[in-house]
Amino acid sequence: MSDKIKFTIDDVEIEAEAGQTILQAADAAGVYIPRLCANKNLTPHGSCRVCTVKVNGRSQAACTQPVAPGINVESESEEIKAYRKSLVEMLFVEGNHYCMFCEKSGNCELQAVAYRLGIDAPKHEYLFPSRDVDASHPEIFIDRNRCILCGRCVRASKELDGKNVFQFVGRGIHKKVAVNSDAKLSDTELAGVDMAVSSCPVGAILRKRVGFAIPVGQRLYDAKPIGSDIEASRTDK
Amino acid sequence: MNENLEAVIREICQKYANDSARMMDIVRDVQASMGGVSKVAMKAIAAAVGVAQVEVESVVSFYAHLSSESKGKVVIRLCNDFIDRMFGANRVAETFEKEFGIKFGETTDDGLVSLEYTPCIGMCDQPPAALINDRIVTWLSTDMASRIAKAIKEEGNIDKLNLPNGDGNNSHPLVNSMVHNNLREKGDMIFANFVPGAALKNAIAETPVECIKNVKASRLRGRGGAGFPTGMKWEFTRGADGDEKYVLCNADEGEPGTFKDRVILTEAPELMFEGMTVAGYAIGAQSGVVYLRGEYQYLTDFLNDVLQKRRDAGLLGKNILGKEGFNFDIRIQMGAGAYICGEETALISSCEGLRGDPKNRPPFPAQKGYLGKPTSVNNVETFCAVAKIMEKGAPWFAQKGSTGSAGLKLFSVSGDCKKPGVYELPFGTTVKELLQKVGAEDAIAVQVGGACGITVAPNDFDKEICYDHLATGGSVMVFGPGRDLLELAHSFMEFFEEESCGYCTPCRVGNTLLKRRLEYIIEGKGTPEDLIYMETLGNTIKHTSRCGLGQTSANPVLTTLQNFRSLYESKVKPSVDGLQPSFSLDKAVGLSEEIVGRKSIHHHD
Repeated sequence: MSDKIKFTIDDVEIEAEAGQTILQAADAAGVYIPRLCANKNLTPHGSCRVCTVKVNGRSQAACTQPVAPGINVESESEEIKAYRKSLVEMLFVEGNHYCMFCEKSGNCELQAVAYRLGIDAPKHEYLFPSRDVDASHPEIFIDRNRCILCGRCVRASKELDGKNVFQFVGRGIHKKVAVNSDAKLSDTELAGVDMAVSSCPVGAILRKRVGFAIPVGQRLYDAKPIGSDIEASRTDK
Repeated sequence: MNENLEAVIREICQKYANDSARMMDIVRDVQASMGGVSKVAMKAIAAAVGVAQVEVESVVSFYAHLSSESKGKVVIRLCNDFIDRMFGANRVAETFEKEFGIKFGETTDDGLVSLEYTPCIGMCDQPPAALINDRIVTWLSTDMASRIAKAIKEEGNIDKLNLPNGDGNNSHPLVNSMVHNNLREKGDMIFANFVPGAALKNAIAETPVECIKNVKASRLRGRGGAGFPTGMKWEFTRGADGDEKYVLCNADEGEPGTFKDRVILTEAPELMFEGMTVAGYAIGAQSGVVYLRGEYQYLTDFLNDVLQKRRDAGLLGKNILGKEGFNFDIRIQMGAGAYICGEETALISSCEGLRGDPKNRPPFPAQKGYLGKPTSVNNVETFCAVAKIMEKGAPWFAQKGSTGSAGLKLFSVSGDCKKPGVYELPFGTTVKELLQKVGAEDAIAVQVGGACGITVAPNDFDKEICYDHLATGGSVMVFGPGRDLLELAHSFMEFFEEESCGYCTPCRVGNTLLKRRLEYIIEGKGTPEDLIYMETLGNTIKHTSRCGLGQTSANPVLTTLQNFRSLYESKVKPSVDGLQPSFSLDKAVGLSEEIVGRKSIHHHD
């Protein structure tokens, strides 16, 4: 037991393995920290910033910050909760998200995190960008209107599928996901079963002909809020 | 044609050993030879260096000076930062547009000229300024713009104008530039006499560990602005595991209003290279890289020549100054127009041939930096200070400046003052003292630290410029009576929106939202609630962004809100009907009207 690292999240004592990130340690202990770009099968990205916590009073992304003995992590304070709401709202207004008729509704992590954080409507102004849709591929389509630039597809294609189908191009507010071809998704190596497809947390990369297959009520986040699976394993109850 | 293109690209890639880490050089060379990096070119580069095509596209699309579309034979990049606009950049822009018959952002039909705007090019002391391909033209007037346009139309270049060279090494045959140093006050440090080798001799007389101890004793802190103790950075890098280590010099001077590194690179490159070599010795590195901003391309031949002379003199290369096993050499890496690359981990990304995205920390560069090896990244001026510390001793340096901020510091002063230029002054100099020196006693505001710094009001002019009070990497911009500080804040927000890498949400989206809200206020459509909104949003961006850019990008709004609140208050008014005055129904239905091809029947405002 001597190699365990002890620290606290919101005054709850957590035991972690050396080398874990705060997010990994929190997950293992059954403490949910909201996140969007992080996925346990992928290298941490640190881009959405929704998992922002304060570590000894300093803002850090829980998904990239390693645990250290005795650190004091603040996650559910009013200040942090307000930041997270603002960040998720930014992701909504940055793109064109239409939950009411999106195939991903009910299974969408952006929507689920928004519900969990109690967002009813964004306080930011909608930017209504003009973005591309690419439906050239026989099995998959990309709707960049719903992309939140989390980079999961970029990482999954590289790290899990052993391909290099997606990459970011442009910068700033004009940054977007591009595909590895002259223009079209159909000219890439992407296959319907690729993890790059299933790793998308929102309705930006979707398989064709399976939309709305699951009835309302049985969808992933219909019964319980996102993070419930993590909290179910909480050890200090 | 395509075969020819592929042959040219293969040759360029071979020049860099088909090494994808040299992607910046490859795409810059391809662009120089073909006017742009087309999709076909990207595919050929990808094949030659063994990466995916989209990886090349990712790099090309990131940098302002690179383009997938073919640009004109002559690209005019006019600096349109606030200072240049104060001194007539808009009129110069109109002249260029009229002369060439195109708007900024366009290329003439014959492919001769492209007009583009660019943020600060490091010439705020001689505005308005522009880059004409790699050449810099300064103190532009509408007359001069007409002459330039005429020459380009007639000859395809501006050689026949015989623009007079600037002072000092600006007239050096390898520089040959009309840039002026405007070196107004020399202290006894950076621009004092220096005999090449003097610092190195003292350094190698000690052990590397003693060397670092000396730098620590001097209390030198990073001159780029962040102020991390240099000795500690070196100690971490020296102590990190790894045989291969690197010294990187941050010459990506991009903070608006900063141009002191330009003058160092022109007049004291030996000192900087010597400081880097000392660093190599101290941390145990064999290679150094100077990351030079694309805008300073005009200095590369000159700098490479200085490097060669140092090699010939035994100050670089193998067994430096006869010290067995002390090997160190330096290469210059060109940037391509990205402010973010001044952030040290973004700089490393760019040196590695990637997009200039900052990296996640930890690991810090001292543990895992350039090419995954322990790396120390220091500012141009920091290396110069190191060389002087080695030459004159740590106590000599430590006793200068103020308690928390040792030494002298270079300030780049621009704006409404009689004597814009570079000043070498002790840390702890007050704003008021500086204003007296530069001839700007009537200033209504001073921007200390560049776009990411603080807009200082007259009642704070007694504050000291140093790490603990008003920190700056060198930028000091002065604004006289009549200048519009909300427009100033807006121009900085435009800058950050443009220069955000887009990696993290708060910086990518938040800065756009903040800029827009400020625009509503400037347009008279703001409410008192908008001021609170901007403060809250600004603080969110500040506390959740991933790197220093986002953590400081809201400062133009936050510090003007704090120090010049009455300017905002005079602009906003409560909404009379409870509706948002910034909402325009006309605008909101505009696209729909366009699509259906008729006007909406709603009540137009």
